[in-house]
Amino acid sequence: MDCHDILIIGGGLAGLSAALKISSDLKVAVISKVHPLRSHSVAAQGGINAALGNNPDGKDDSWEKHTCDTIKGSDFLADQDAVEMMCKTAIPVLYELDGLGAPFSRFPDGSIAQRPFGGAGFPRTCYAADRTGMILLHTLFEQCIKKGIAFYNEWLVTNLIIHEGQCVGVVVYDIASGKTHSIKAKAVIFTTGGYGRVYLRSTNAFINLGSGIGMAYRAGIPLKDMEFVQFHPTSLFGKNILITEGARGEGGYLLNNKGRRFMEDYAPSSMELAPRDIIARAIQTEINKGNGIEDKYVHLDLRHLGRKKIEKRLPGIQEICIYFAGFDPVEKVIPIQPAQHYSMGGIDVDEFCASLVKGFFAAGECACVSVHGANRLGGNSLLDAVVFGKISGESASNFVEGGGGKIAGDNILFAEAKRWEQKINDLMRKDSGENVYDLLYQLKDIMSIKAGIFRIKADLTDALSQIALLREKFKKAFISGNCFRYCQEFVTISEFDSMLDIAEVIVFGALKREETRGSHYRLDFQKRDDTSWLKHTLVNWSEKGPKVSFKDVKIGKYKPVERKY
Amino acid sequence: MDYHFKILRFDPLKDEKPYFQDFFSRPKEMDSTLEAIMEIRDKQDPSLSFRYSCREAVCGACAMVINGNITLACKTTVKSLNSHQIVVEPLPNLEIQKDLIVNMDPFYKTMESIDPFLQPNGPLPEKGFRIDEKQMDKIFQFVTCLWCGCCYAACPVVSRDERYIGPAALAKLYRFVKDPRDGRDSAFWTKINNPGGIWGCDTVFRCNEVCPKDVRPADGIIGLRKKLIVEKTKNLFKRKS
Ligand SMILES: Cc1cc2nc3c(=O)[nH]c(=O)nc-3n(C[C@H](O)[C@H](O)[C@H](O)COP(=O)(O)OP(=O)(O)OC[C@H]3O[C@@H](n4cnc5c(N)ncnc54)[C@H](O)[C@@H]3O)c2cc1C
Repeated sequence: MDCHDILIIGGGLAGLSAALKISSDLKVAVISKVHPLRSHSVAAQGGINAALGNNPDGKDDSWEKHTCDTIKGSDFLADQDAVEMMCKTAIPVLYELDGLGAPFSRFPDGSIAQRPFGGAGFPRTCYAADRTGMILLHTLFEQCIKKGIAFYNEWLVTNLIIHEGQCVGVVVYDIASGKTHSIKAKAVIFTTGGYGRVYLRSTNAFINLGSGIGMAYRAGIPLKDMEFVQFHPTSLFGKNILITEGARGEGGYLLNNKGRRFMEDYAPSSMELAPRDIIARAIQTEINKGNGIEDKYVHLDLRHLGRKKIEKRLPGIQEICIYFAGFDPVEKVIPIQPAQHYSMGGIDVDEFCASLVKGFFAAGECACVSVHGANRLGGNSLLDAVVFGKISGESASNFVEGGGGKIAGDNILFAEAKRWEQKINDLMRKDSGENVYDLLYQLKDIMSIKAGIFRIKADLTDALSQIALLREKFKKAFISGNCFRYCQEFVTISEFDSMLDIAEVIVFGALKREETRGSHYRLDFQKRDDTSWLKHTLVNWSEKGPKVSFKDVKIGKYKPVERKY
Repeated sequence: MDYHFKILRFDPLKDEKPYFQDFFSRPKEMDSTLEAIMEIRDKQDPSLSFRYSCREAVCGACAMVINGNITLACKTTVKSLNSHQIVVEPLPNLEIQKDLIVNMDPFYKTMESIDPFLQPNGPLPEKGFRIDEKQMDKIFQFVTCLWCGCCYAACPVVSRDERYIGPAALAKLYRFVKDPRDGRDSAFWTKINNPGGIWGCDTVFRCNEVCPKDVRPADGIIGLRKKLIVEKTKNLFKRKS
């Protein structure tokens, strides 16, 4: 059986950053269920943070201030040593990306352009118009071609194989051939991204089902802080395509049905540039109070920016409005509503991206170090993906080169693949049952209604029982076609298994955490409670259901204070 | 009123030849063709295969032919088609693997063949490059290429001459040639100074027409031609003096 030194699962920014860092002597491959350029990272718009101080208004910026903003933004739940490291390395990392050919927008003096973003004291978000994720993903993919990295595209990883406490490989479903097999590895890095599509309204790609997080959970690795789900304030009404925070960074206004800049009432000094959790709640509150339009959305007004600025700085947003909503934001206000956007929580790893299972690492949105705590600042997750992607590559290389990796016997890997094939055969044998797409819609409904921006005990408890019912129904799921090649239905069935777990852990964590912090807002516990809750939630899988434990937050020089904007 | 979708189906392992299957459905006002066929898949026939990911025209996964036009399915609203019959087919110039899914590898190979990565000619400046805003703006048109393959599928030269690497690869090359940070060795010209490269294009501009991101690949091809001529003339003068 083929054995790799390191397998990277995921071809987004985190995965490619990891691949580029692995020593050339090691045999490495990247596995992704889509061609890497179709990964969700490509959709990031607004930018990536680093205290370069290129903006005339940002001369006094420093990585320390970036650290401070990030910690305050996280509502003090981030681990301060990790944040410090990320913000410090952001600066050389940005220059490195520029050196690899990333075509960042420029200031007149030729330096990398930077714009203001929410929750940041200085304009420190570097960008390439509003296509930052795209240019970064393409640049790193180009570098992978240069380095000759092996890619297995359109392979879905379905299981993580742990043997005697050590990660020894994965089971994959080759989407093109429809065949299942195992691959051996001395170390595995998960960079499988977020789970946005667990929610009905999400800015995430259709493919973001989150199975990586679920697989790690099933393999016995705890999930951390999963109750913290970021809702982005501004998604295009109806389609929920993201309208970047950069639009507000460039000067856009949020208006209610009276044409009033309502942020005055919620964050008088930062206005439209307050952090996302605060603005998302403000918008939802306005809508609930009857100040929305059709009781469903509010307006984002860019008209005063003028055609020239919109075309130059926000061409993607203009394109989105024209193609997906049929109007030009130069002339009309944009209808927007909050939507699920990002997962602060994820697979529990330390600042070296290592988990408690030897040989298993995770980075990017699927992982939780934690640098975002209870609320992520815009522009910090591309940074997280690149910085910790690199670190995961280094850590896995050191692990393998230091002789930490173990090669399991073929029989162990065959057995895992067999187990999986058995499951498929069982599905195939049924010729009627539940349609997985129906179940998926039901799950999304539950999550959006019961575990969204505002949460309360009764809803969360109800959500748990509804998820349990869905799990029962899912046992009756079947595959309606009889072809396994390019079978999206099978991909969805396979990932849905994980989605049920993820949804359950989000709700379970939200129920346990009896306080309000960052993105997690409990109507029945509206205050932050540092005495009882300044700690990370860890949830472990068990036969009897999720098991919760807690872990201290690493506090450094930034003492928790009330968050005011 | 129901829309009538005619979707091409083909499983090369089972079917002798491709055929159209009829579906009827009623998409929402602003639904894209992608959303419409996803709904058909979810509710009527889960065995229907096609690629997709971002649904906002930045990932390039869902390139296909819709009512005869090569485009991204996510970007094409059903309404914009002005017809209640919608014919959906896979990209031409590439082999069908199943239904609307084609083998993109030949296309990816052409992209990789031009060494699509920055080749700086010296060490990186410690505090990053200083680049004129205008120069960056010039390459931005080409930087937005998604590798979706629409232009490759539309190109008449690609379909008749297997040597030709196609519009996207050449436009990508131009992006690097124009990048002030790039200092690639001039040897690359010999690779494309032939009918398989810049002289293959017969300038009918199908690529410009179909590109969903307005990259206008032919601008890149013409740019390369001009640049080659300038280089050649320069060399001529150098030799004379
Ligand atoms: C619309 C939008 C705009 C954003 N804008 C910004 C921004 O401006 N600034 C910022 O900092 N952040 C932004 N973000 C967040 C940021 O884009 C993401 O957090 C980041 O790109 C995640 O990168 P990743 O590499 O972890 O995951 P992804 O890019 O999602 O990659 C995941 C990879 O894993 C693969 N995969 C998943 N599951 C499996 C499996 N089971 N088997 C095989 N492969 C699998 C996928 O194929 C994919 O290649 C934005 C997010 C959204 C939704």
